Amino acid sequence: MKFGKIMMNGIFKENPTFRLLIGMCPTLAVTTAAINGLGMGLSTAAVLIGSNAVIALLKDVIPSKIRIPAFVVVIASFVTILGMLLKAYVPALDKSLGLFIPLIVVNCIILARAESFASKNGVISSIADGLGMGLGFTLALTILASIRELLGAGSIFAISIMGSAYEPAIIMILPPGAFLTLGLLLGLINKLTEKTQ
Amino acid sequence: MTGILIILMSSILVNNFVMVKFLGICPFLGVSKQVETAIGMGLAVTFVMAVASAATYIVQELILIPLGIEYMQTIAFILVIAALVQFVEMVIQKTSPTLYQALGVYLPLITTNCAVLGVAILNIESGYNLLETIFNGVGGALGFTLAIVLFAGIRERLELSSVPKALKGFPIALITAGLMSIAFLGFQGLL
Repeated sequence: MKFGKIMMNGIFKENPTFRLLIGMCPTLAVTTAAINGLGMGLSTAAVLIGSNAVIALLKDVIPSKIRIPAFVVVIASFVTILGMLLKAYVPALDKSLGLFIPLIVVNCIILARAESFASKNGVISSIADGLGMGLGFTLALTILASIRELLGAGSIFAISIMGSAYEPAIIMILPPGAFLTLGLLLGLINKLTEKTQ
Repeated sequence: MTGILIILMSSILVNNFVMVKFLGICPFLGVSKQVETAIGMGLAVTFVMAVASAATYIVQELILIPLGIEYMQTIAFILVIAALVQFVEMVIQKTSPTLYQALGVYLPLITTNCAVLGVAILNIESGYNLLETIFNGVGGALGFTLAIVLFAGIRERLELSSVPKALKGFPIALITAGLMSIAFLGFQGLL
């Protein structure tokens, strides 16, 4: 089961957020509520799967000298399609993600996977890689956003968890909360993996 | 004139690109280990953002709107920025080898700096004219430079202090950035 192995690699061993530490801008910016984190993660995953598949198909046609501009055009096309779909079907999510939808183009995860994986592997493996990396990113964003929403608003996915007596720590959904939560979470992951090694 | 001053103050301090808007985090975390390199990166970004703001504004007004293809914005802007960065790199290499030596490594990285594409899209969304667009670009970039240089200064000191093993490197950098971000929240009531 090569497909599954490549996919799992993206979700756990090479998780883009927790392990490779790339794609930080959307990670920090949109994780104010769990639903935004999930939406951003899935949007990025959709673009990543599409661009990985197309780049794997075109890898023999694209001259290696102009491969980066060519990759960027493929990625930007998928982002444009995605932006239009979101605007048409989930306008609320489009509004809360705002600027960070077109900025998926410059998310380093997508270009990095195009360069280091899709341009060297077949279509099926590239789709598996896109799926794994995309889900890994979605997982990381959803965890981060859930923690911030829980502490900053007392709820997860807008479902109240802490009860009405809880005084929300607003700072967690303001910009500093993003840096602090991710920093502490990475520290915690380091601490836990350090013991198993 | 006051309008432009407000745009500048807003983009440098109140809506700081890095600390409040989360644009340009990758170079902010990646190239902030030394003050000197941070200044180099800041200068390169300032230059590219000023020129890119003007160039994307012109592309939007003279090409995308007359042809009615505003939905091509993302693709058009990223190509303009990529071409511009390449062009700037060539010009600097020819005219000022010393500056090229100083900025050289950072220039190609700027294409994927989301602050550059971000400011181009924000300018169009805010309905600025050409002059306001350029000042917003310069202000945003100066805000980026301010944040990255301050952060590099703190990180240089951090190297000398004893940090718990699990927090070494990225985690402690992020926590430091969080504390800086709290300080930048203090500018919120300024305008």
